[in-house]
Amino acid sequence: MNEQKKSIGSATGEPADAEKPAKADSAKPDWADGLKQFYDSVVDEPLPDELSKLLAQLDDGDDA
Amino acid sequence: MSSNNKKRELPERTAEDKRAFKQELTEVVPHLRAFARGLCGRPDMADDLVQETMLKAWAAQDRFQPGTSMRAWTFVILRNAYLTDMRRNRFRGEYDEGVAERILTAPAGQEEPIHLSDLHRALLTLPPERREALLLVGAGGFSYDEAAEICGCAVGTIKSRVGRARATLASMIEDGDIPDRSTADPSAHRAILEELDEVAAGNGQAEPTR
Repeated sequence: MNEQKKSIGSATGEPADAEKPAKADSAKPDWADGLKQFYDSVVDEPLPDELSKLLAQLDDGDDA
Repeated sequence: MSSNNKKRELPERTAEDKRAFKQELTEVVPHLRAFARGLCGRPDMADDLVQETMLKAWAAQDRFQPGTSMRAWTFVILRNAYLTDMRRNRFRGEYDEGVAERILTAPAGQEEPIHLSDLHRALLTLPPERREALLLVGAGGFSYDEAAEICGCAVGTIKSRVGRARATLASMIEDGDIPDRSTADPSAHRAILEELDEVAAGNGQAEPTR
């Protein structure tokens, strides 16, 4: 719904939080990309042996 | 018409179907690992969950509709396995120590990039339903609709969970207030367990808090 809160820090009458000026006005905070990075970093890991073996075993019954 | 109308379920799969299924399953395994890793703090436990999911998916392959998203389908299985496992074993989602050692504490002033392990740790402090919602949408790239389907809840519920999860993470990270392995706190345990029960019992249908 309100995903476009780009201008949190704008003068909309809210008391200005002088604490983190630079941070607040990007649509996505740095850590939001971090979530994706976290996910992708695991996706990019080589598959552990036990999982590869399990995949191989799933072939059972068919000729591969 | 296919000759298999007697069955209520889909027709039995041919060897070729099975191969296609296996191929697709193989492709999503890395994603299953990523989702599982986000759900539980320990990589070994996450991979156990992936194994369980693969076996269940394989056993249930007749119920997979070719052409639909294998990733979404297997995520449902993984999610259910996770919820069952967590309820059975109590909360064992403690953070892996080896990983924890690499954590740099986020400074209050933000110039420093957020360490991935910090983020993961913060993620793990979220209630499970919000954690999974954020993982699906914010990390896995699912749409709100897809995430709602995976979690068996309304789209609005997913949106609100993601929103709350983001707000919580944002405040933790911006304040440099990421708890260290706080899941050791017994009252937090109880709260998480209760929430898990709700999520599991209500099939993911959780009331909006407040």
